[in-house]
Amino acid sequence: MTDHIETDVVIIGAGPVGLFAVFELGLLDIKCHLVDILPKVGGQCAELYPEKPIYDIPGFPMVTGQGLVDNLMAQIEPFHPTFHLNEMVESLESIGTPEAPRFRLKTSENGTTFECKAVIIAAGGGSFQPKKPPIDNIEAYEGTGVFYAVRHMQMFRNKKVLIVGGGDSALDWTVNLQPITKRLTLLHRRDAFRAAPHTVEKMRSLVASGDMDLHLGQVGSLKGEAPVLEGAVIRKDDGSEFTVDCDVMLPFFGLTMKLGPVADWGLNLHENLIPVDTEKFETSVPGIFAIGDINTYPGKLKLILSGFHEGALAAQKVHRYVYPEKKLLFQYTTSSTSLQKKLGVAA
Amino acid sequence: MGVIHVTDRAGQRHTLEAIEGWRVMEIIRDWGLPIEGLCGGACECATCHVFVDETWLDRLYPPTEEEEDQLDTVVTKPNSRLSCQIIWTPELDGLEVTLAPTGG
Repeated sequence: MTDHIETDVVIIGAGPVGLFAVFELGLLDIKCHLVDILPKVGGQCAELYPEKPIYDIPGFPMVTGQGLVDNLMAQIEPFHPTFHLNEMVESLESIGTPEAPRFRLKTSENGTTFECKAVIIAAGGGSFQPKKPPIDNIEAYEGTGVFYAVRHMQMFRNKKVLIVGGGDSALDWTVNLQPITKRLTLLHRRDAFRAAPHTVEKMRSLVASGDMDLHLGQVGSLKGEAPVLEGAVIRKDDGSEFTVDCDVMLPFFGLTMKLGPVADWGLNLHENLIPVDTEKFETSVPGIFAIGDINTYPGKLKLILSGFHEGALAAQKVHRYVYPEKKLLFQYTTSSTSLQKKLGVAA
Repeated sequence: MGVIHVTDRAGQRHTLEAIEGWRVMEIIRDWGLPIEGLCGGACECATCHVFVDETWLDRLYPPTEEEEDQLDTVVTKPNSRLSCQIIWTPELDGLEVTLAPTGG
């Protein structure tokens, strides 16, 4: 066996529910690693609505998405969880028995391997991935003529590049790639951009000097015998169409959530959700738990507070797998010196 | 009470009873039609994108800058709106919308 990380639990997803699970596990002396595809912790709270107020977190009349995440990070700090960001768990295999579960997980980006006694899936709506525009046959060009991210700028040297979108990614790559491309065209649906003003200004000056093109409209269809892209047919608001010649199209339409590899882990999914029991929030596979928005059971409410509760109960059963010989004593953080020691607040 | 008419992605038209004060996204979702509404109506994801029948377009409150920003993240037509930003009132009885295609 090659190098792997040995831990008690791997939590998939570092959103609010995954973060709070660290706390509940930590009180029970259970160590964990968290994996998230985003470059930061907080899941939807941090990625979709960091500034939006949330009003239904117990004890917080109002807290923003990012505020909640910051507080959770402070709350779990005593347990020193290890984060693996920018990574997606690609495979999950069972290498134990139902009585003594053991799992091996592998991530896609760095190929990190974990071995653990329990897995908690707290993946919310799935993993954030680039939004793909609904254009006929776009898949046939992916990886050759269509890219949703720029990994190596040199790939686009001396190419005719069409960038689609009006946000930071679209504008940043427009000004960064323009100097090395043969011709760069930016396409957006309207003449307003939600990107850093100086980047928008730079783009406008490149257009004014004739060094790139800016068009308003939407991509209607793609041209060229797949997988070789030759052009994109642009549809304007008045219904007229024209073609932009391009070797490469880079659509930047933000992120969406896809279930991803979870679908392949044999968990008897129901409408893209993972059924669990409501005592332990365990899936059909002993040792694999699902908490938060990704699970389903009768009466399920997709609330952050439900996910917190689910994590607390799942932790109880996880304890049996991690410490099969130990009896679990139920304690309160208000009165238990041993819990307070763990939290670093004992007198 | 009143209704809205929703054409799904297969072209089938559904007439749904509407509820005053609900977002059109919520009405569509409540009746079980395939609309994602990932962010729950916070104008943060554009997964409730619809095309509004031209005859109704001017009768809606115009999109906010926030909604326009989200519409930037999908392939729009001139009659594109986010259905979570349309609050149903009796004046919208008979509103006609079509679910926009979703990407891969």
